Amino acid sequence: MGSFVAQRFVSLSATLLAASIVIFVVMEVLPGDPAAYMLGLNADPAAVAALREQLGLNEPVLQRYLNWVGGFFVGDFGLSYTYRVPVRELIADRLWVSVPLALMALALAIIIAFPVGIIAAAKRNSIVDAVIMGATQLGIAIPNFWFAMLLVLAFSVGLRWFSAGGFPGWDAGILVGMKSLVLPAVALALPQASILARVMRSALLDTLHEDFIRTARAKGLSSGQAIRHHAVRNALIPVMTIIGLQFSFLLAGAIIIENVFFLPGLGRLIFQAIAQRDLIVVKSVVLLLVAAVVIVNFTVDLAYAAIDPRLRRRAP
Amino acid sequence: MSTEPLTDLPRQEHGRWRAHHLSLIIGAAITLGVIAIALLSLVWTPHDPNPTPLPIAERLKPPAGAHWFGTDIYGRDVLSMIMVGARNSILVALVAVGIGVGIGVPLGLFAAARRGWLDDFIMRVNDLVFAFPALLLAIMITALLGPGAINAIIAIGIFNIPVFARVTRGAALSLWTREYVLAARVAGKGSALISIEHILPNVLNILVVQATIQFSLGILAEAALSYVGLGTQPPMSSWGRMLSESQTMFAFAPHVAIFPGLAIVVTVLGLNLLGDGLRDMLDPRLRRERSAQ
Repeated sequence: MGSFVAQRFVSLSATLLAASIVIFVVMEVLPGDPAAYMLGLNADPAAVAALREQLGLNEPVLQRYLNWVGGFFVGDFGLSYTYRVPVRELIADRLWVSVPLALMALALAIIIAFPVGIIAAAKRNSIVDAVIMGATQLGIAIPNFWFAMLLVLAFSVGLRWFSAGGFPGWDAGILVGMKSLVLPAVALALPQASILARVMRSALLDTLHEDFIRTARAKGLSSGQAIRHHAVRNALIPVMTIIGLQFSFLLAGAIIIENVFFLPGLGRLIFQAIAQRDLIVVKSVVLLLVAAVVIVNFTVDLAYAAIDPRLRRRAP
Repeated sequence: MSTEPLTDLPRQEHGRWRAHHLSLIIGAAITLGVIAIALLSLVWTPHDPNPTPLPIAERLKPPAGAHWFGTDIYGRDVLSMIMVGARNSILVALVAVGIGVGIGVPLGLFAAARRGWLDDFIMRVNDLVFAFPALLLAIMITALLGPGAINAIIAIGIFNIPVFARVTRGAALSLWTREYVLAARVAGKGSALISIEHILPNVLNILVVQATIQFSLGILAEAALSYVGLGTQPPMSSWGRMLSESQTMFAFAPHVAIFPGLAIVVTVLGLNLLGDGLRDMLDPRLRRERSAQ
C-alpha cells in the first residue's frame, strides 16, 4: 500500500508540475507582452514599462516561473491587476460559492443516480429500464446551461419558488444561501446523474455473472435482492472512478452555470478576469482548478485501493 | 423463493438486438435530418437569417404563421437562424474531430508500434491534457487567441487529440500480438507499413464510434463556448449564441430560448444514439459480452 501511495503521489506531482509549466508558457512566454495585453491597445509605453516592472516581467523566465509556483506553496498568488487585492483573497471569497455549489450538485447527482441505476439494473430489459435509459440519454444530451434556463422559466418565472439568480451571501443565513444554490445545483447535477445512473447500471450488470451472485440466486434471492445485497457494493469501484473523472466536468459546468445564475463563484471570476485581461487571476484560477481535478482523482485512486486490495498491484 | 430463471440469456439477446437496431436507425435518421437541414440552409431558409435593416417591428413574435418558431429580439426568423446555426455547429464539431483524428490517430499508432519511452511520453502528455477540464482549456485558448469560430475549433480539437491517441493506441496494442501482424513482420514489412496496412483497418470501427461521440461532445462544447461569448461571433448564427442572446428576454418570450436549445438536444441525442448503435453493430465481441451479462 505504501509504495502504491508513493507511486500515485509521484504521478500526481508530475501532472501538477507539467500543468503549471503549460499554463505559465501559454500565459506568459507565448508571443505578446502580458503587460501590453493587460493595458490594452492605446496604453502609454511608460505605463506598460511600469507594469512590466511591477509584474516582475523583466526577470528571467525561470525566475518568474519559480516565483509564481513558489508563491502557491505559501498561498501567495500575486496581486490582481484590476481589483488591486491579493488574488488569494479573491479566490477565497469565490470558493465559498463554488465549493458548496459543486458539492450540492455532486450530492444531488449521487442521490438521483444510485437508486435509478439500481432499479434499471434490477428491471433490466423491461419497460422501466427502457424508460430510464431513454431519460438518461436525454439527460446527457441536454446542455446544462439550457436546462438551467428551463428551470428558471419553470421555478422562478412560473412558480416563483426560487430567485432567478444572484447570491445573497452566507451572512443572510445558511438556508437562504443554500436556497439560491438549489436551481444551479440541479442544472449541474442533471448530466452527471444521467451518466452515473448509466455507469451504475452497467457496473451492476457486469457483476451479475460473478459466482457470488449465482450463489445468492441459488440461495433463493430474487435478481433484485441479489443486486441490492451483493452487487451494489462490488459495483461501487467503477462508479467511484467515474465520479472522480466527472469532477472536472462538474467544475467546467459550474463555470458556465455560475454565469447563467450570476453567482459570484470562481467561474464568474475567471470570465471577469478574461474580460478585464487580468492574466494573474486567470492563470492562478486555472492552476487551482486543474489541481482540484488532479487531487480528487488521486483521492479516488487511494480510496478504491483501500477498498479493493487487488487494485494496488495494478500497473500505473 | 424466486421463480425467475437464473439466467435470461435468450430473451435478453433478442431484446438487445432490437434495441440496438432501433437506436442505430433513430440516431442515423436524426443525424441525417440535421445534416440535411444544414445543407438546405446553404440554398434556402424560410427568411433571411440576417436581414438588413433589421425588421425591428417584427420582434419577439411568438411562433405562428410566417414564423414557425417565432422571431427574436431584432425581428429575425428563429427557424432560419437555427438552420444556419446547424451548419456552423456541425462545421465546428466536424473540423475539431478532424484535428483529433488527424493528429491523435497517427500518434496512437506510433505509440503502439514503438512502445518504450516515446510511448510513455505520449501517454503522459495525454494524461496532462485530460487533467485540464476540457472547457477550461477551451476558455483559456479562446481567451488568449480571441473569441471566434476558428479558435473554438482549435480549442475543441486539441482536446480531441488525446482521446483519439488513447483509443487508437489501446486497440492497436492488442493487434500487435496477432498472428497476421507477426506474419507481416516476418515478411519484412516495417512498423509504419504494418500500422497503415494491418493495424489501421482493424481499428477503424472503434474510431468511427469514437468520432461519433466526439462529434456530439463537440456540438455541446461549441454551444457552451458560444453561449459564454467565446465561440462563433456575430453576425454568424450559432445555437449557443442564440441562447445567450435570449438570456434577458426568455422570461416573457420563451420561444427564443426553447427552440435553439431543442435543436442542440435533438442533434446531440441523435449522434449519441447513432454512436451507441454503431458500437454495437461494429463490435460483435462487445455485443456478445453485453448479452452474456
